[in-house]
Amino acid sequence: MMDANLIALLALSAFILISGILTVTTRRLFRAAIWLLFTLIGIAGLYFWMEVEFAAAVQIIVYVGGIVVLIIFSIFLTNQEGIHMPEALGRRKLFGLLAVLAGAGLTCMQIIARTWNNGDGSAYNPSVNKIGHLLVGNTPDSYVLPFELVSILLLAAMIGCIVIAMKSRPDEQ
Amino acid sequence: MNPSPLLILLMLSTLLFFIGMYGFLTRRNMIAMLMSLELMLNSVNINFIAFNKYLWPGNIEGLGYTIFIIAIAAAEAAVAIAIIINLFRNTRSIDAEDASQLKN
Repeated sequence: MMDANLIALLALSAFILISGILTVTTRRLFRAAIWLLFTLIGIAGLYFWMEVEFAAAVQIIVYVGGIVVLIIFSIFLTNQEGIHMPEALGRRKLFGLLAVLAGAGLTCMQIIARTWNNGDGSAYNPSVNKIGHLLVGNTPDSYVLPFELVSILLLAAMIGCIVIAMKSRPDEQ
Repeated sequence: MNPSPLLILLMLSTLLFFIGMYGFLTRRNMIAMLMSLELMLNSVNINFIAFNKYLWPGNIEGLGYTIFIIAIAAAEAAVAIAIIINLFRNTRSIDAEDASQLKN
């Protein structure tokens, strides 16, 4: 007899996998973006199921609210909203499927063959207070330097995007 | 016997990663390839948090790494889309086969 918690996990997993498969197989680009949106919302639900509410909130804000909107904008900017993508080559499909099935089978075999221990028994408590101490705490094992590097990376990426996507003036060409 | 949640989560992230890989191998539209890439990055995040919660619940390092990965993925998607839009302006196409100006 399975409990309700496990059934919820299995239902969420099925939702994520089905919308993931539709993301990579649908031939309309705009529908692929919408299926990607559903996949990402399902993953946020998975984080809620694992009781990691901070990760779920970040997932919804950054992926659902940011990256999917960016992708939809770029579909419109490149006039691809109505197109049917051509069917992939049979050869490419066959070898892609072979590589994927071999990789997935091998990894799943490894996962099943291994015995996983059940942790050290302490409760998992990812409170925002602890996350703050992990990222910008004043202890030697906090991640202040990577945190600052990520902010520099984001600034560099932002400036880079503007420079790359900027229209060059006619007199420069 | 019930399967453990960790096992289900690891299988889910494996399958999601390889679904993304299939999309990356078969798609030729650059935006569709970027979407497959996002699926692969997300499956890695699920893995980090599942390991953190079920194997080392005393620490929250896995969650910290997930936050870093999300930040870097956002930067990567923004740069990729800027490149795609610039490419579209030059070649009027976002098909990966048409981006061959460097090949000579």
